[in-house]
Amino acid sequence: MASVLPYGCFTHAVVRGIPETFGKVDNEETTTDLAKAQRQFGVLTGALRQKVGLQLIEIPADPELPESWRIEDVAVIQGDTALITRPFIQQRRREAEAVRRVMSELNLTVVELGAEEGGSVGATLEGSDVLFTGREFFVGISSHTNHRGAEVLADTFRDFTVSTVPVCEGTRLKNICSMGGPDTIIISNSDGAKKTLRMMEQLTDHHYEVLTVPEGAAANCVYVRGPSKVDYLLHPPTEECPDSVPAFQKLTDYTLLPTACSEASKLGGHLSSFCLLINRKPYF
Amino acid sequence: MTTEVGSETEVKKEPEKAEEQPAEPERSAINQTDEVKVVEAAEQSNESPALATDSAEAKENQEAQPADNATGPEGEEPPASPPASEKKGISRFLPPWLKRQKSQSVVGPKESQVTPKEEGGVVLVNGEGEKAEQAKAEQTSSTTTAEPQVEEEQVNGEAEPEQKEEVNSEEHAENHSTGSAETQPAKEEKASEKSQEKSAAEEEKKETEEGGEKKDQEESLKPEGGRYFIKSPLKLTKKVKMVMCHVIMLDGSQFPCEVEKRAKGQYLFFKVCEALNLLEKDYFGLSYKNADQMCWLDPTKEIKRQICNPSWQLAFNVKFYPPDPSQLTEDITRYLLCLQLRQDIVSGRLPCSFVTHSLLGSYSLQAELGDHDPDEQRLDYISDFQFAPSQTKEMEEKVVELHKTHRGMTPAQADTQFLENAKKLSMYGVDLHHAKDSEGVDIMLGVCANGLLIYKDRLRINRFAWPKILKISYKRSNFYIKIRPGETEQFESTVGFKLPNHRSAKRVWKVCVENHTFFRLMTQEAPTKAKFLTLGSKFRYSGRTQAQTRQASTLIDRPAPYFERTSSKRISRSLDGAPVINMIEAQDSAPTSVGNGREPGLELSSDSSKVEEEPSERAAATPTEGTEMKRDEPDSSQQSGKLRVQGENIYVRHSNLMLEDLDKTQEDVLKHQASTSELKRSFMEATPEPRPSQWEKRLTASPATSLRQQAQGRSPPPTTQEPLSDLTVDTVSKSSDDKQKSDETTLQAAEVEIEETVVVEKIRVAPKGSVTITTPEVVVTPVAVETEVEKPEEEVIEEVIEEVKEEQKRPVSVSSDSHSESEEEAGEYHPQVTVSTSVEQIKEEPEEEEKEEVDNHEEPEQVSEPEPLPEVEVETMPSPAVVEETPMAEPETALVVDAPAEEERTEDILVTPEEAPNGHAEDQPGLVAVEEEEEEEEPRVNGDASHAETERIPQVICCSEPPVVKTEMVTISDTFAAQKTEIATKEVPIVHTETKTITYEAAQLDGSGDGEPGILMTAQTITSESLCTTTTTHITKTLKGGLSETRIEKRIVITGDSDIDHDQALAQAIKEAKEQHPDMSVTRVVVHKETELAEEGED
Repeated sequence: MASVLPYGCFTHAVVRGIPETFGKVDNEETTTDLAKAQRQFGVLTGALRQKVGLQLIEIPADPELPESWRIEDVAVIQGDTALITRPFIQQRRREAEAVRRVMSELNLTVVELGAEEGGSVGATLEGSDVLFTGREFFVGISSHTNHRGAEVLADTFRDFTVSTVPVCEGTRLKNICSMGGPDTIIISNSDGAKKTLRMMEQLTDHHYEVLTVPEGAAANCVYVRGPSKVDYLLHPPTEECPDSVPAFQKLTDYTLLPTACSEASKLGGHLSSFCLLINRKPYF
Repeated sequence: MTTEVGSETEVKKEPEKAEEQPAEPERSAINQTDEVKVVEAAEQSNESPALATDSAEAKENQEAQPADNATGPEGEEPPASPPASEKKGISRFLPPWLKRQKSQSVVGPKESQVTPKEEGGVVLVNGEGEKAEQAKAEQTSSTTTAEPQVEEEQVNGEAEPEQKEEVNSEEHAENHSTGSAETQPAKEEKASEKSQEKSAAEEEKKETEEGGEKKDQEESLKPEGGRYFIKSPLKLTKKVKMVMCHVIMLDGSQFPCEVEKRAKGQYLFFKVCEALNLLEKDYFGLSYKNADQMCWLDPTKEIKRQICNPSWQLAFNVKFYPPDPSQLTEDITRYLLCLQLRQDIVSGRLPCSFVTHSLLGSYSLQAELGDHDPDEQRLDYISDFQFAPSQTKEMEEKVVELHKTHRGMTPAQADTQFLENAKKLSMYGVDLHHAKDSEGVDIMLGVCANGLLIYKDRLRINRFAWPKILKISYKRSNFYIKIRPGETEQFESTVGFKLPNHRSAKRVWKVCVENHTFFRLMTQEAPTKAKFLTLGSKFRYSGRTQAQTRQASTLIDRPAPYFERTSSKRISRSLDGAPVINMIEAQDSAPTSVGNGREPGLELSSDSSKVEEEPSERAAATPTEGTEMKRDEPDSSQQSGKLRVQGENIYVRHSNLMLEDLDKTQEDVLKHQASTSELKRSFMEATPEPRPSQWEKRLTASPATSLRQQAQGRSPPPTTQEPLSDLTVDTVSKSSDDKQKSDETTLQAAEVEIEETVVVEKIRVAPKGSVTITTPEVVVTPVAVETEVEKPEEEVIEEVIEEVKEEQKRPVSVSSDSHSESEEEAGEYHPQVTVSTSVEQIKEEPEEEEKEEVDNHEEPEQVSEPEPLPEVEVETMPSPAVVEETPMAEPETALVVDAPAEEERTEDILVTPEEAPNGHAEDQPGLVAVEEEEEEEEPRVNGDASHAETERIPQVICCSEPPVVKTEMVTISDTFAAQKTEIATKEVPIVHTETKTITYEAAQLDGSGDGEPGILMTAQTITSESLCTTTTTHITKTLKGGLSETRIEKRIVITGDSDIDHDQALAQAIKEAKEQHPDMSVTRVVVHKETELAEEGED
């Protein structure tokens, strides 16, 4: 029930293609390479499907939604419940429509963050501020996610403790940390990340192994435990974080899958931004 | 005397009930009959000649009732009556504290005697025939544990409350009833009922007689809390009042149980567990509801002290949720836990997702119904069950679907699965309390096995694991935790929370204490810590820890008991009673409405009751409780080598967790006056001379000896170091008399509590003070005094809180370093050689109304007052004491200068001077009474000087409140302010003068035995005066075991009215002391406050 299975047991991944408008939001300064971004996206999805063995569901890109590739923000999924979030940026809220459809098709119980009016007025929540560890949720209170959003999340996933932590650095919680295994948190070495980590350690009833990586970009990985109990870790390649790769190699018996996402990271994205991971195997 | 006392105490109680009961005397229900019975019993006691004579107060309280009962003569009580009568006359005029003292002191030894009487009473109450009674009596006499029988009988005889002599015939009974009916209209009806019921009752009696022996055997297991009666045929006159308890079991059924009115919680609890056939009972408890707050029944206290409601409605609940239910030994225990969790789930206290609701529901079905029966109508059978607060058809379908998958699972397995899933829920075993943070934001405090959780709207925003918590305390409606500094932090921090009220704060505190003790102290990580944990005597977790109960469970060797799983349909019913806090609702519900079924209760439900009851309770309970406590204490305290004191506030150094009960409200003060006065008395009597040897003797004699030894070991100056960081405060009974020990200890405990707040403050100011400061405060209005004292603390706290918030709710590091510093300064201040004494006198202005009145009389007095004692200014003194006290007072002043040991005296003395000048008392009508009081007091006053040393005992918090003097004439003179203070006594105001002494001692760990007096090398005394302080410094050099000890005792008398910040003055004094002797440590601070209470707070 309350997470009978350890973190990482997924069967499906939902992704969304890179639109042509990729990178054309409001930050003109950053120059992104659309083709490269799409290539990297292809590598990622390929790894998920072929290496890790997940069933991949790809939602077609929508040029009108330049940030729709960050599908992680749009939903928080645990068990058979999918909470459709409400991104901070107004324009992004339309991204949820397609995702909602897919969730329903997957027979997930879809929960909405709430109407614009009512109890959740002003609630904003983005999936990239939510770290689910298999035992509990940490919600980073950031510029994109507020307390009310976290409350709704807590109300949705009642079996679990939902703790709020400040995001001291970076814009999203998952920019500084991610899960690297059932009981392993990968976190960057920065002071802000440490601060957040301390708070997480204080708030949790559980004990997590902490894998500290020197580069912030390396802190976001995608961990999946494959069907044959193989641990897969998608992580940024050496080019993007040369100092951190040795740290990943400390993870014994892991199959490491270096996956580039340099273009996405220019936009504040990261590996996990690209996918929603779902477990459709009933666990009881 | 003893009998008198016993009777007296009883009498006091009886009237209460009698008064209470009449309100709802007769409805026909069984419950009502029970109640009536009680009432009647009370009446009977009053009615019977013997009792009537005994109970002076009973008469006072109640109008004389026709004594038609023959019981009086039969009983043994007559002998007791004469002394009682004597007492009666006096007792009326005695101040309450006096009475209590007597009762307390005497009660211990005499309890056994008292109880037999009660038993006799019980018999009568039951209405059984004389023969039956005698037979019973014989049986009981043979066995000490006659109680079971009594209960049984009583239960049987419930119907007929008043039938005293059934032999005579129903008519007789009717007569009685009518007689009683005069007083209480309700009884008339009863009488008829009685006659009818009689026959049935008699039959039942027979049964009881037959089964008596068996029961006795069974009852031998009886809880310690239960009363043991020695029944003798002769003692039939007194009745034990039986009260009907209704316990709602986890399956929703009602368990009626009749218990003696004075039974302790333990007794009832064991009864319930017995009925359940439950062995692993430590996880459970009985809860009751007082003022919409769910409280835990304290097993060590009398039930009636805890439950305010006339009807004793309790519920059997899980108190400690085992984190790993699979480690429970017996299936029945797991089953009960399942039942509790189902309640929690349905009530919303344990929030679950849809899936979880369904899954847990399916296990419930499997456990109760067995395999899914496909033939059965799918949803019909299921809709009777409740799986969730709001249950949908969809959920029921899901439940059925899941139920099918459990085929073949035994009920026990299903329960196990249920628990395995439930235990993972985030709110499993979390006891939520409404609170506010320092900014006034609504939050929830969740107490659980791992520590304290802070929630804001369903979100966990902080968590303090038990290992991180150094100290838990509460003060008024604030609840504080002191946090161990983190790796990067240097200072401990204190986090404060605001609870809706004082009681809820205390409740949280108690829950924390209990949970910490139960869960944390079992862990192997810190096995020794368990020993260190000490709680205030007023409250501590008395049960076994989880580790212990697990250990005990391994010894369970019995075939799995058969028990019937009842349908969870019932659950919904049982839920009604308890208000539930669930996270979701938390927002909406007002913060004030705190109700959580799992929360432990306040010991005393109502403050007012507390005042009266505590002292008497202690007195009555002393024999049993005292012994029990002693038994227990050695385990924790002695093993650890830590101080284990029965006092309210105990700070244990090095303990993993320091629990501090800071609770000083005015109410408390009032409540504890009586007990305090007791303390004071013993205190004063204790040591005649200031010599070190004397007090050491006391130390050895007193229970806290071990503690003291440790403390003293440190006395050598250089030694003091980090250990001192945590102050160890002990409450030590100061009586050298072994006899009084038990009584005194208990008394002291009470007193300590009173002064807790003060202590805390002082601690902050001067953590390890060896400086003895005597601060008598004379306050017209008690409230004012306290507030003044407390204010400083609050400020500190608030600051802390603010800081905390600034840091985004992370624990703020508040420097507690002052402690360590003071410690380092070390140890040369020894309590024995107290050099300086400071006496603070606070003069408060009488309320304006009073002033006007006073003006007439007092103006002359004011002038005179200051004169008698130049050093000390006494503001408000009760006039009556004047004559006798005056002589005393003068000597005291002298003493202060000369003898170091007499700090306490100063206080008393100070009071006296004022009183003396005020000689008006004589003019007033109440004079006679006053004189009597004084007579009583005198011994104490005299004793004061001798006992002054008591305070010096290391590691001891001595709280003594001097006798309360009721004075008709009140003179309030504000010397400083030169305010007119005249209270004209039209109504003859009664002023209570309250003196508190707080001794604060730093623990000294070094092993050097305290027990040895040492040789006095030199002694010198220096006295200096300033505007409002008089400082007397006494320096003593002692040779102890080759080490020379220099003790400097400073007595600082701070005189002033309310305008003076006493705390500041105190702090200043301590600071100066430190500065003067940087190489010495403050080991002891005694604060003596004199307060005048405007009201008769107590009785």
